[in-house]
Amino acid sequence: MKNKSLISINDFTKEEYFRVLDLAEEFQKNPNQQLLSDYVIASLFFEPSTRTRLSFETAIQRLGGKVIGFSEASSSSVSKGESLKDTILTVSRYADLIIMRHSIEGSARYASEVSNKPIINAGDGSNQHPTQCLLDLYSIRKSQGTLENLNLFLVGDLKYGRTVHSLLMAMSEFNPVFNFVSPPTLRMPQEYKDYLDEKGIKYYEHHQLDDNLKHADIVYMTRVQRERFSDPMEYEKVKNAYVLNNKMLDNTKENLRIMHPLPRVNEIDTDVDTNPKAYYFEQAENGVYARMALMCLILGVVK
Amino acid sequence: MKSELKVKAIEKGTVIDHIKPEALYKILSIIGIEKIDTQVFIGNNLDSEKYGKKAIIKIADKFPSIDDINKIALIDPHAVINIIRDYQVVEKKKVELPEKIEGFVKCINPKCITNHEKVETKFKVVIKDEKVNLKCYYCEKITGQDNIEVIR
Ligand SMILES: [Zn+2]
Repeated sequence: MKNKSLISINDFTKEEYFRVLDLAEEFQKNPNQQLLSDYVIASLFFEPSTRTRLSFETAIQRLGGKVIGFSEASSSSVSKGESLKDTILTVSRYADLIIMRHSIEGSARYASEVSNKPIINAGDGSNQHPTQCLLDLYSIRKSQGTLENLNLFLVGDLKYGRTVHSLLMAMSEFNPVFNFVSPPTLRMPQEYKDYLDEKGIKYYEHHQLDDNLKHADIVYMTRVQRERFSDPMEYEKVKNAYVLNNKMLDNTKENLRIMHPLPRVNEIDTDVDTNPKAYYFEQAENGVYARMALMCLILGVVK
Repeated sequence: MKSELKVKAIEKGTVIDHIKPEALYKILSIIGIEKIDTQVFIGNNLDSEKYGKKAIIKIADKFPSIDDINKIALIDPHAVINIIRDYQVVEKKKVELPEKIEGFVKCINPKCITNHEKVETKFKVVIKDEKVNLKCYYCEKITGQDNIEVIR
């Protein structure tokens, strides 16, 4: 995995993912190790994303590495009209590894062609966000003890949500059953359903989030955003239809865990937060360990 | 009279035959017809045994490159390319879809890096429901057959 870029979830093999997850587990037990004290890592956020940036930067700090970079394009040379190519060519001469987030799709793939240092894609528009998928896999395996044969509910915006699409692709390797819960206008796109059909994976579609949760092992909640609706009336109708509350968790399985990529708006009622089945803040914490593991493997400080 | 002969015969050059009429103008554009300075004859809505109607393009004194053939395949995979010498067909080439398309098709996604910075486009050719779909190597979005636009 040394010097390999991670741009899209398909760039790594199943074995490579397991290697990252296993190492993340070790970091969780012992998070402060000076493995990256000789490394400078660039954190280039052309588009702001506080949560992802803090997670990566925490991972670097815990490993004793040094961070350079910017948290938005306006505080960088990009605002003076510098091309992405020139920014990457320059920074790749300063840093040992580049983490980048950009609103333009395919930007991270392009950067990996231009750069002589590995790139980690921290989100390129609506395209890919592979470290989110990595931490989701880590969280599922940690909370369930396995990735195999699980019943997953994906809830909310299933049409535009890149997180749920990546998760669907990744989990399809492990014989899951999917349940899709979304407003009719934000259903799982046909291409993903075709993919599941090809692989012989069962899935069910629902338009209501209610008492059908009793078989769920994982409920993965996402935000239904106002800007996805051309008709504001349509949004008003559905905005409260996909809100999970504590009452709905009665009679659900003991091992059920509620996940969410965060930030949450109102799709999970705060009364769920103290329920032992709530897992979203732990999930965010897991992201730090997964990113620590990924960076160490790419930089080759751990084999 | 054979329909080919309704369009003037050429001594040597290339005849692109069995073009679907709706693909004609796209093919003319993709091969850069306005830059060709030899004689060109175009026939449209000619009778075809196979499809009912067809179009044909005859270009004197020019022979197509592999790239040209690939481009034509993208627009109309049923087209046939005939190489003519001494008024005779000396070679018939069925156009063949390449696995990869590089450099001449525009990605349909306005948010794609190839539409923002000087990056040569790259696509993987995926056939779905008998249609050519181009999957962008960068943004991973699909440009469908009906949306193929050529960069020149
Ligand atoms: Zn593209």
